[in-house]
Amino acid sequence: MQLSTKHLLGIRDLQASDIQTILDTATQFKEVLQRPIKKVPTLRDVTIVNLFYENSTRTRISFELAEKRLSADTINFTASGSSVSKGESLLDTVNNILSMKVDMVVMRHSASGAPHFLAKHIPAAIVNAGDGINEHPTQALLDAFSIREKLGSLEGKKIAIIGDIMHSRVALSNIYLLKKMGAEVMVAGPPTLIPVHIREAFDIQVEYNLRKALEWCDVANVLRIQLERQNQVLFSSLREYSLAYGINRKMLDGLPKEIWIMHPGPINRGVELDSDVADSKQSIILQQVENGVAIRMAVLYLLAGKQPISNP
Amino acid sequence: MKTILTEEQLGLTIQRLSHQLLENIIRYDDIAIIGIQPRGIFFSDRIVGQINQQIAPGRITYGKLDITFYRDDVRQGLHTLNQTDIPFSIENKTVILIDDVLYTGRTIRAALDALLAFGRPAKVELCVLIDRRFSREFPIQADYAGKFIDTIITQKVKVLWKERDGKDEVVLL
Repeated sequence: MQLSTKHLLGIRDLQASDIQTILDTATQFKEVLQRPIKKVPTLRDVTIVNLFYENSTRTRISFELAEKRLSADTINFTASGSSVSKGESLLDTVNNILSMKVDMVVMRHSASGAPHFLAKHIPAAIVNAGDGINEHPTQALLDAFSIREKLGSLEGKKIAIIGDIMHSRVALSNIYLLKKMGAEVMVAGPPTLIPVHIREAFDIQVEYNLRKALEWCDVANVLRIQLERQNQVLFSSLREYSLAYGINRKMLDGLPKEIWIMHPGPINRGVELDSDVADSKQSIILQQVENGVAIRMAVLYLLAGKQPISNP
Repeated sequence: MKTILTEEQLGLTIQRLSHQLLENIIRYDDIAIIGIQPRGIFFSDRIVGQINQQIAPGRITYGKLDITFYRDDVRQGLHTLNQTDIPFSIENKTVILIDDVLYTGRTIRAALDALLAFGRPAKVELCVLIDRRFSREFPIQADYAGKFIDTIITQKVKVLWKERDGKDEVVLL
């Protein structure tokens, strides 16, 4: 039971067997999280730094909780309020932290490829917690785990990823993962938010009509419009986007079968999802968050097993 | 390879231990049998099967415990995870832990820690099929043992089960 990689930089680098191992391990950790005492001593001699150069609520809390449940020592670092504002480079910052004997780095950065760059230069294991518009591997893993929990497996299942595909690292990680695990994938959204050659690049379906996408899928993974990453006007207004691509109760009730609604958060209520959808029985958004802790425990556990005692 | 217990002897030993475990029980509600994953399960399945068939059908609370997360050697390589299944409270119960071979005591040490995550048992007892004396690395002893064996460190005791290995036998390698 070993991963083929020393870091978790992206789903792209994983093999299907790695994904399977992570999901199976997470199942056992989910059981741990139901116990009266939810903490295990597994990583008690491992030190992990959470390096967040970009805002985050869920991912950061989830990683921190996972680390604590595994009894690892944790250090939290945020770019604001650190020496980054004095002009220290990423590599210098990390090397300084590592000289204090840290085994693993969990990292979020607004630049795509930042964790890959670090992996080349430092000996600690790196877990990508989201890099720019590239990948967000633990989100894709917890999405897959949640789908597997509801539908039994991923193979042959129809998953529609809906919304801002262009700027979404969640979409990219999900596409890689679902394809590797044999699911059928469709991306849907306005043409301006879907990369032009995505169909050929990933062998997936592209749909510009929301209703058709919902009719096709078993699970709809709805993404947030990432206004902070858009530097040009790609649709005229949020209201117009909501009219064409917002999912409401009436729409779900008009479908031939019940589908599951997922969202990586944070939700823009009334834009991509109406409240009566986000809070409905068909929504597994909060289960996704719950599963996130188990998935991150699994990833940290499996990567820690590859670490020699007393790093650098 | 030397046979320590034949299939027939193994059957008799399991029968004896099943009776011994129950000798001191006043109320069946107060005890829980918990097998230790992965190989202790084959033994505990037999014990519980024996109790259910012949002694006290349906009155034994039975669970399974995986101790991987509590091992002290994570950095020396990962072990395969197994299912933990304890769908009952162990609070104030007498828990009988079951494993196939007691050797260094490290597994039982981890099992005790793992068990406490589920509550505070009144008492914990240990039942093993084979007790390798004189090789303990922790002050841990069995309350019930099928057979005592004195071995040197280089020797290995292997318990074979029909369900997994095709035959019932205990051998010295």
